[in-house]
Amino acid sequence: MDHKENTWTKSFSSGNELLKNISTGEPSFPNFDSQQSQEKWEDPSVLDYRTRIEPPIKDFKQHSETQSSLPCNPNNQVKLPVQEDGQMDGSLQSSKIQDWDPRTMLNNLSFLEQKIHQLQDLVHLIVGRRGQVFERPDELAAQQQQLITADLTSIIVQLISTAGSLLPSVKHNTLSNTTAVGQLGGVYLPSMVDLNGGFQLQDNGESKVSDQSNQIDLAGNIGNEQIYHMEEHESKDEEDADEGENLPPGSYEILQLEKEEILAPHTHFCTICGKGFKRDANLRMHMRGHGDEYKTPAALAKPNKESSSEPILLKRYSCPYAGCKRNKDHKKFQPLKTILCVKNHYKRTHCDKSYTCSRCNAKKFSVIADLKTHEKHCGKDKWLCSCGTTFSRKDKLFGHIALFQGHTPAISIDETKGQSGPPDRGEGNESISKVRSINFNFSSGAPSGSEVQNAVDVKAGIEDPASYFSPLNFDTCNFGGFHEFPRPPFEDSESSFSFFIPGSSSNYTVPGSCNYTKKTGGESSSNNLE
Amino acid sequence: MKKQRFPQALNSYFDLLSEEIVLSILEFLGPNPLDKKSFSLVCKSFYAIEARHRRTLKPLRSEHLPKVLKRYPHVTHMDLSLCRRVTDGSLAVVAGMCGSTLRSIDLSRSKFFTGAGLLSLALRCENLVEMDLSNATELRDGSAAVVAEAKNLERLWMGRCKMVTDIGVGCIAVGCRKLRLLNLKWCVGVGDLGVGLVAIKCKDIRVLDLSYLPITDKCLPSILNLQHLEDLTLEGCFGIDDNNLAVLKHGCKSLKKLDMSSCQRITPVGLSSVFSCTRCLEQVTLAYGSSVNLDLADSLNKLSMLQSIKLDGCSVTCDGLRAIGDWCVSLRDLSLSKCSGVTDYGLSYLVTKQRDLKKLDITCCRKITDVSISHIANSCTALRSLRMESCILVPREAFVLIGRCHSIEELDLTDNEIDDEGLKSISTCYKLSSLKLGICLNITDEGLSHVGMSCAGLKELDLYRCTGITDLGILAIAHGCPGIEMINIAYCKEITDSSFFSFSKCSKLNTIESRGCHITSLGVAAIAAGCKQLTKLDIKKCYEVDDVGMISLAYSSQNLKQINLSYSSVTDVGLLSLASISCLQSLTILHLKDLTARGLAAALLACGGLTKVKLHASFKSMLPNQFFEHLEARGCAFYWRDKVFEAELDDPQCWKLRLEDMVQ
Repeated sequence: MDHKENTWTKSFSSGNELLKNISTGEPSFPNFDSQQSQEKWEDPSVLDYRTRIEPPIKDFKQHSETQSSLPCNPNNQVKLPVQEDGQMDGSLQSSKIQDWDPRTMLNNLSFLEQKIHQLQDLVHLIVGRRGQVFERPDELAAQQQQLITADLTSIIVQLISTAGSLLPSVKHNTLSNTTAVGQLGGVYLPSMVDLNGGFQLQDNGESKVSDQSNQIDLAGNIGNEQIYHMEEHESKDEEDADEGENLPPGSYEILQLEKEEILAPHTHFCTICGKGFKRDANLRMHMRGHGDEYKTPAALAKPNKESSSEPILLKRYSCPYAGCKRNKDHKKFQPLKTILCVKNHYKRTHCDKSYTCSRCNAKKFSVIADLKTHEKHCGKDKWLCSCGTTFSRKDKLFGHIALFQGHTPAISIDETKGQSGPPDRGEGNESISKVRSINFNFSSGAPSGSEVQNAVDVKAGIEDPASYFSPLNFDTCNFGGFHEFPRPPFEDSESSFSFFIPGSSSNYTVPGSCNYTKKTGGESSSNNLE
Repeated sequence: MKKQRFPQALNSYFDLLSEEIVLSILEFLGPNPLDKKSFSLVCKSFYAIEARHRRTLKPLRSEHLPKVLKRYPHVTHMDLSLCRRVTDGSLAVVAGMCGSTLRSIDLSRSKFFTGAGLLSLALRCENLVEMDLSNATELRDGSAAVVAEAKNLERLWMGRCKMVTDIGVGCIAVGCRKLRLLNLKWCVGVGDLGVGLVAIKCKDIRVLDLSYLPITDKCLPSILNLQHLEDLTLEGCFGIDDNNLAVLKHGCKSLKKLDMSSCQRITPVGLSSVFSCTRCLEQVTLAYGSSVNLDLADSLNKLSMLQSIKLDGCSVTCDGLRAIGDWCVSLRDLSLSKCSGVTDYGLSYLVTKQRDLKKLDITCCRKITDVSISHIANSCTALRSLRMESCILVPREAFVLIGRCHSIEELDLTDNEIDDEGLKSISTCYKLSSLKLGICLNITDEGLSHVGMSCAGLKELDLYRCTGITDLGILAIAHGCPGIEMINIAYCKEITDSSFFSFSKCSKLNTIESRGCHITSLGVAAIAAGCKQLTKLDIKKCYEVDDVGMISLAYSSQNLKQINLSYSSVTDVGLLSLASISCLQSLTILHLKDLTARGLAAALLACGGLTKVKLHASFKSMLPNQFFEHLEARGCAFYWRDKVFEAELDDPQCWKLRLEDMVQ
């Protein structure tokens, strides 16, 4: 990887000044690109794209480390695996723009000039050769055409990215799109065409073993794709800028899984033996047993198959339960971000709570992870609210009571009715009480989840960052990638959190929550402005 | 039937009075509770009218509550602080019979009730707005949660409810949303969380007392956020320090009174930030706090509405005092008692600038001399209250100047050099109602007779250890000040029965302290007969008082609540006769030579209302433990003393103490 990077920087030092500005060498992370590109290294056009892919990834990482990733990161978490690269570019762009300077522009232009000259020479050459060689004319012609198209494409891409950085309003989007296209064109597009289900199984081999012709064909498509991307991202980024997850209807694609799909225990199936897995990584581990072709680093490393559905359209999910606020037919429909959100939401809200805590025999859960989380603390929670919610810390209880009307601290030891009365009341609104407890896991912010669903999602974000960020798990960093930056994702959870708040916090006038939203909002806006 | 007709014929005058007129007459029978009692005894209709008219009730015995409440159906305020035993049953009776008419209940000194009784109150008296639970040291969170059921509570006192924690206060905060006054003094189990919740939930709070709570800065912002808060007491909150006070940005516009006494970790820096956000303060108490220097004075100067400031026990600098004098506001009330560093220079400057002072307290300012006094007398002519106990450097001539402050009503000259000339001058302050002359050894009957002649409105006179005073001086007072209510003639050696005879003309006298006077039972009998309102009598070391005096007290002084008989010659008989005084609550009987264990036991058993008895420890072994346990269960607390019998050592000791003081 290092080596490649070096070669790249040498050969394109002039043109990619701007990328270098941002990317600091992070050899450990961007492995997935290197593996894929190894095979296509010979192709010059691919090389071009590669160069653009690489820095973004590093940048993405950098980004999350600095925890300032507000405007773009939410997308990262939300989008389906396939889009990951694009997102990273997006995040790259955001910072790229921040660092933009005329010198980089000049470099870019001179790079373009150079390129055009090269291409001119090449065409001259071809023109000169024409008529001299008559062996397999079709083949040769096709090859020449491909070469030229590829080079042209790369020039166009570069031109657009350069031009985009000049336009104040669109620059962000164009840049991100073009790079994304370049990268996608080089590597993924083939597989994209036939895959759309988020957890559908795809043919690994096809996407990875991409031959030259495939590449070049795709390169030809890039032009169209680009435009499409631009439009898409433009609208998306606008939303991101203003406020979190309040996407206007239509700006995203709503998917609604059926109840059976949601409740299916496995989402990844082995194409060979049909065995089901919960995690894609596990499936890939399993695949190794089916032959050596599955043991290649490429097959193991990158969740190519996960990069299924369309890379372009932002995806949000609707709960199939009619009347639910997360159902697309609801007046105030609030979409769910990921499949995992859908699953947890559906189980928590619309399913029986079949898991009972073995210690207290009182608390019931529908998501087993919730039960496990509870069991860790069961019995330790001695601070009890009249609604039945228990807290491990007194200040959490008081924060809870401060937020909710009519809740009082319950007297646990004392003789009076404090003991018998309140728990009865609490039994009825189990879900509500849960929500309350959730909110208080988040002491400082204390976002007052007014809706059950909101808070449940929130809970997912807080209690189990790993599961919440499993989308990240799937695509970017399957093998250990996650562990390389365990902290930033959690921070991200806070920022993604802010998406949920605007709706809910407005209902409450609690200072804490207001502060919280303000805070995050401020961060993100400042990010944008810079 | 006959009786009914008979008065009708005779009392025709009363027939002319409509009930409204009688009721409005009743309105004027305010100050003395006995008047209403006699009123109701006039006739049946008066009895009925009085019963319907009465709004407040302060019963002595909770046993009679059912009957009493039946008689008084319109009682809105119930004061049970005199009942030695208020059980859940009593409270249930009150709750059941008063129901929704009851608006206020005082349980501040009551014991033996629990959450169950409070629950019946909270549930049945839905209009209860005021509840005093002070000193309910056994009250726990469960009971506090019950109090929270009284949703309409506006004023709640919980001083010294030490077992109540954040949880209990939290319940109250959630339940009693209309609270305007909350007193949590000495509720040491309550911390930031509970107080913070109160501040969040009870937005109407006006008065908040958080003295001696282990609170820190955390809850302060939310407290100062209360929109209507007027009076905040943070005395002895040791957890509060400067660190977070600086961030108090949002001001509390409504705050008028602030008490931050004994907050030792707060320096002028922190106070400055507090004052910058509480601009409307009128009254600040910073007793026993940081030193009063220029910084503090400057920060106080931000308070444009300030009227009263108490700096008791602080160390004061001259600059500080001068800066206070230079303030643009005009102070009404200044307290510098026990301040070290108060000098003539600073104080004189201050008082010449602050001419509107109404109250000045310079107790124990031992550096000031006649210079200050003359400045005070010349500048602060509107002074109403001057306390200058133990200003030992002030010479006797200076007190003549005080006579210039004609508006003085309250004057404390304890332990000063004042002499008869001074008293004569002071007697021109015709409004004087309280005069304290304890340990003023230079005054004699002559000076006192001037006071007696001029100050007809005198209500309180302290002549503790004024050895120059004899019966003549007292006679002048008793003659000239018929409205006197409280007198202290302890250790005035020359005073005899004849003083008591003169006092017997003062019908409003309720407190007499005459330790160590040469009084016999005759004097006591005279007082008993004359002073019907006598509630406190201290005749310790009146060796000649014996059973006869007690019998006459028992016969006449039915309002006696507190008596000290130590060292007197009272025996079993006298004590037993005292037991018939139903009001008697506190009894101090040390070193009664002829008191036997049996007599004591009989008296204690007979005296139903006793709540506090001071006894010599020797009796503890002489009587069975069960006996004391029984009495304690009835609501009587025993204080055991183990002092040896003291002969007449007082005077030399007193002189010695004084000499030591003077050396300092």
